[in-house]
Amino acid sequence: MDKELVHLFELFISASLINNFVFTRFLGLCIFFGVSKKMETAVGMSVTFTAVMVISAALSWLIYNYVMIPLDITFLKIVVFIGIIATFVQASDTIMRKITPGLYYKLGVYLALISTNCIILAVPLINAGEKYTFMTSLVFGLGSGIGFALALVIMASIREKLELADVPRPFAGLPIAFITTALIALAFTGFAGMITL
Amino acid sequence: MLHHEEPEKINYLKTVLVGIFKDNTIFRLAISLCPAIAVTNSMKTALMMGIAVVFVQIMVNITVSALRYVINPKVRIPVYMLIISGWVTVIDLLTAAFFTQIYKQMGLYIQLIVAFASILARAEFFASKNRMVPSFFDGLGMGLGFLLALTVISFFRELLGKGSLIGLQLINAKPLLIMLLPAGGFLTTGLLMGFFNWIDMRFYGGKGAGGATDQ
Repeated sequence: MDKELVHLFELFISASLINNFVFTRFLGLCIFFGVSKKMETAVGMSVTFTAVMVISAALSWLIYNYVMIPLDITFLKIVVFIGIIATFVQASDTIMRKITPGLYYKLGVYLALISTNCIILAVPLINAGEKYTFMTSLVFGLGSGIGFALALVIMASIREKLELADVPRPFAGLPIAFITTALIALAFTGFAGMITL
Repeated sequence: MLHHEEPEKINYLKTVLVGIFKDNTIFRLAISLCPAIAVTNSMKTALMMGIAVVFVQIMVNITVSALRYVINPKVRIPVYMLIISGWVTVIDLLTAAFFTQIYKQMGLYIQLIVAFASILARAEFFASKNRMVPSFFDGLGMGLGFLLALTVISFFRELLGKGSLIGLQLINAKPLLIMLLPAGGFLTTGLLMGFFNWIDMRFYGGKGAGGATDQ
């Protein structure tokens, strides 16, 4: 049991820092560059993303292991996972609007953007590829979500300052954001080799 | 007959060129960025990825265009997603079968073509409103634009990071390791994007806009 916990913790650190989705796996970049201009949107996005990632990891694990493997249709995993995530996002959109309108006004916008995002889809795909157990899948989803949130918050806080900087005209906007990301990614390389799984 | 064909041909060429240059997925629209950085540390994987995207883009455009009168507009987005993921599964299984070595490095990114904004966007804005032949050329143009962007990025990264091109050793000096690291991908893309913006501003009088995600 103890060993299990340590392993889960290692996986969490690995998913959030060492194999950070944005800086070392290069996923979710569209969202990363799209919503990192303001701190408020960045925080809203990261909360929604983390929640959706954990829940979709759980749902797709159940369906993958209890439906797809017995029926021997694992080659359809891309189609099925997209379906699960889109349905779940649509459902939570409707439920949130009815039950907690306040939260819906804050986070609803982000929910709509999520369903076809590569970072959300990557979690179930990696879980299936690595044959994680239910618990490890959940922890992997959580770690990835926290890692993405960390990346978004760091980037948003830098970009808010960058707005005021005197950047050469052709580099204004996205190009300078890319170069900033390169520098953060270089810093994140420092985590590599901290834990070897 | 010939007289009739001439204007059509120019039109197709223009469709393709718009996809390659004016609406270049990576440098101009700044969407579908993930693989542009993930697979570009060697030209081989970049070309592979580019070809996969050209294939999916063309096939999705043709399928959507062929079914445009059958698909109920109310459920069109889920149907498009289904078509896209179907074709992605095809290319995923094909690469797994015929290019096992490369597939080990980049399988995840091939599967994630499914989430490409550019493919869904072309299905929605072009293929659903046009006949099959123009849709084919539109898909070809967008796909080639993506392939071109990936080739340019990987050209610089492999040349500077390993001193080689498509595995062929060219320079024997000590290479710049940073170009192969994740950071190098962001750096190269950022610099190239700035360069394209500069060309746009200098020669075409553009404003040097930062791309679609930078509203």
